[in-house]
Amino acid sequence: MYIIVIGGGRVGYYLIKALLSEGHEVLLLEKDPTIVQTINDELGGVSLRGDGCEAATLAEAGTSRADMLVAVTGDDEDNLVACQVAKHKFNVPRTIARIRNPANEELFKKLGVDVPVSATTIILEAIEAEVPTHPLTHLLKIKDSNLELVDVKIRADSGTVGKTIKDIALPRGARLALIISKSRQPHVPAASTILQADDQIIAITSHEAEEELRAALQGG
Amino acid sequence: MKVVIMGCGRVGAHLAMLLDEDGHEVTVLDHDSYSFRRLPPAFKGRALLGQGLDHEALKKAGIEQADVFIAVTQGDNRNVMAAQMARHIFNVPRVLCRIYDPLREEMYSNLGLESLSPTTVIAQQFKAMIEK
Repeated sequence: MYIIVIGGGRVGYYLIKALLSEGHEVLLLEKDPTIVQTINDELGGVSLRGDGCEAATLAEAGTSRADMLVAVTGDDEDNLVACQVAKHKFNVPRTIARIRNPANEELFKKLGVDVPVSATTIILEAIEAEVPTHPLTHLLKIKDSNLELVDVKIRADSGTVGKTIKDIALPRGARLALIISKSRQPHVPAASTILQADDQIIAITSHEAEEELRAALQGG
Repeated sequence: MKVVIMGCGRVGAHLAMLLDEDGHEVTVLDHDSYSFRRLPPAFKGRALLGQGLDHEALKKAGIEQADVFIAVTQGDNRNVMAAQMARHIFNVPRVLCRIYDPLREEMYSNLGLESLSPTTVIAQQFKAMIEK
């Protein structure tokens, strides 16, 4: 794949190193000539000096044949514009933008950035997964739908321990996909499956039904 | 009309003054309070300190009730992003922005943003003055 990376900070630097070692064709666009020089001295001519938001620079970089553009400068607005220019002027099929402010995720998606990546959100999700008291963890958002994959833990004191699946009123738009128990192999839940303490349930739910699903599985 | 202006530079401050004189309800937002020195003492509108790309600051500036939003900070990308926020998140009926780079201006204008490139306007003006 031909991948263009905008921004030669630490994120950009380690990203191109990783992409190069995976065998991709990579070009880094960076405004600061000393950074361009340092990177080219180390990695060969993979870096070009220029503003990744400017159509002229992107044309020089051969953006119209790029499979992907990844904007990882430290400024949300620059990353947004780089992705929009790539999309609208050069028809790049896939754009990824780093965002600092998690509140910008919605706007970026609306404006045609395929994947906005927020370090803040990722760290929050890691905290959710690590903190044992948090009963619901987000595993994955399913692209182009309102659905997400979540993991709900059944605590020993929860009201649903010992109940069967059919006794639990699941919200509309939620489906239980898998139960991982301590005592059994992972299994697909049936109506007669009995919930046990420490069961881990992998479920698919709409974003809106998430809280209701947690409440239903936790027994209020 | 209720107008929110982002950026209290020369253009922002001057525009704020003109609209204020015409009786519009003007709020100017800037991240540097020193910029507000450009507003004339007679200015009756609001000068608000805050980051123009921050949802909370924009709400404080009254963007949810605004009839017009204008982005005139020094940064093209900031203006473009703020304008698109005003339009797509806050549904402001009329959104205008300044984009110095003519190529970017052309693209965003094709995408439906009401934008103006001072670079193009001034170059054309000078050309017309010379060739007159």
